[in-house]
Amino acid sequence: MEKNHSGEDLAILTAVKKETEYLDWSQQLSDLGMKREKLVYIKIYRHFAPKIKAYVMRLGLLDSTAEELMQETMFAVWQKAHLYNANKAAASTWIFTLARNKSIDWMRKQPYPDYHSERIDNERPSDDFEKSSASQSDTNYDNLEQLITKDKMNTVIQRLPEEQRQVIYLSFYEGRSHVEISGRLGIPLGSVKSRIRLASQKIKMIWKERL
Amino acid sequence: MNINHHLDEATLVSYTAGAMTQAMALVVACHISMCKECRERVAKAEAIGGLLLESLDAIDVHDESLAKLLAAIDDTEESENLEKNLPLNDSVACVSLEKQVVDSGKSDVPRPLQSHIGKHLESVQWKSILPGIQYYDLPFKTDRGGVSRLLRIAPGKAMLEHTHDGNELTLVLQGSISDELGRFGVGDIADLDEEIDHQPIVDSTDHCICLVATDAPLKFNTLLGKIVQPITGF
Repeated sequence: MEKNHSGEDLAILTAVKKETEYLDWSQQLSDLGMKREKLVYIKIYRHFAPKIKAYVMRLGLLDSTAEELMQETMFAVWQKAHLYNANKAAASTWIFTLARNKSIDWMRKQPYPDYHSERIDNERPSDDFEKSSASQSDTNYDNLEQLITKDKMNTVIQRLPEEQRQVIYLSFYEGRSHVEISGRLGIPLGSVKSRIRLASQKIKMIWKERL
Repeated sequence: MNINHHLDEATLVSYTAGAMTQAMALVVACHISMCKECRERVAKAEAIGGLLLESLDAIDVHDESLAKLLAAIDDTEESENLEKNLPLNDSVACVSLEKQVVDSGKSDVPRPLQSHIGKHLESVQWKSILPGIQYYDLPFKTDRGGVSRLLRIAPGKAMLEHTHDGNELTLVLQGSISDELGRFGVGDIADLDEEIDHQPIVDSTDHCICLVATDAPLKFNTLLGKIVQPITGF
């Protein structure tokens, strides 16, 4: 990759320098998928790139690796934006899955087994037996998580009891399996699982209340 | 497809977080690809990941990263214009695309498994362990001793009675099995942990084929199981 800015790019950079904290990112990402405009891409980059890097570093990777994986994730955002469907997931959710997959590919030298929902649900069903399960009304899950601001999420997480917050953090931010969490916290496997179940239930409940 | 046995919420969350071994994640991905209900549930669990990403404090990225990306984007746009019919994709997608072209037709293999064994269960190169029981190992072993493998079991046969330290996932791809927890047909998943001591029996008239993954070695309760274990690596 070459390291150069065209005059046009610089003008764009200046234009979006102003913070864009409260944009509807799902709308922005849909726009990017349809129009493929660099201006939109740069806005998304400014918001998400530093968060993607923070996520990768929390998985225990070095700054230089995190920077590289952030770039790969953001490159995938450009390449795959046309597959994004705002009715199914918030932009942050979709970008999270890209960042997760890139990080795992790097750490395990193997792709994380993926169920390819965009291929199952967005495109016409193939001739195999996904057909029977991919029906016409698969879109439009309730978009509880649309338009989340950072403050809102912090409140959701803060409202979880400490022991539930802990298992969610260990799963998402450190990538620890149930068995590893069980060893780390010195609690039975069954307790790890019930804490995760409770946390998930509670988060969904709080979302519902807030919308 | 009428699926009655689904993934445990704790399993879904762990899969979504990227916190599962490759072996276990493969079975989860296969079930999700077959089960609409679990696809909707996984979308919600993924939203937790999105919320957590959004809530992270930003870490400064290098100044030149954006310029590099924009340059790379310009490069792709150029080559896309040159080769309109060859969409750029990650290598995995390309491989599975090739496979689909080579052997088209109806598949009885869930998509996430197709890159490992192709599109047809009948073309799997089975190996025998015991009379009526065949297996095929998938190339994932965890450092704790778990594996993922396909099992092909004759009607009326039982799997060896066992317990386990960790989690065990069993996804039925053909035929059916029954155990203390009920009957499991195609698409059903048994999502179990160490609290369960069970011995599934094949109750279909045809062979039962299932995809099994564990994240720790199984503990067999019988002498036969203990003898077979070092050979099978389970």
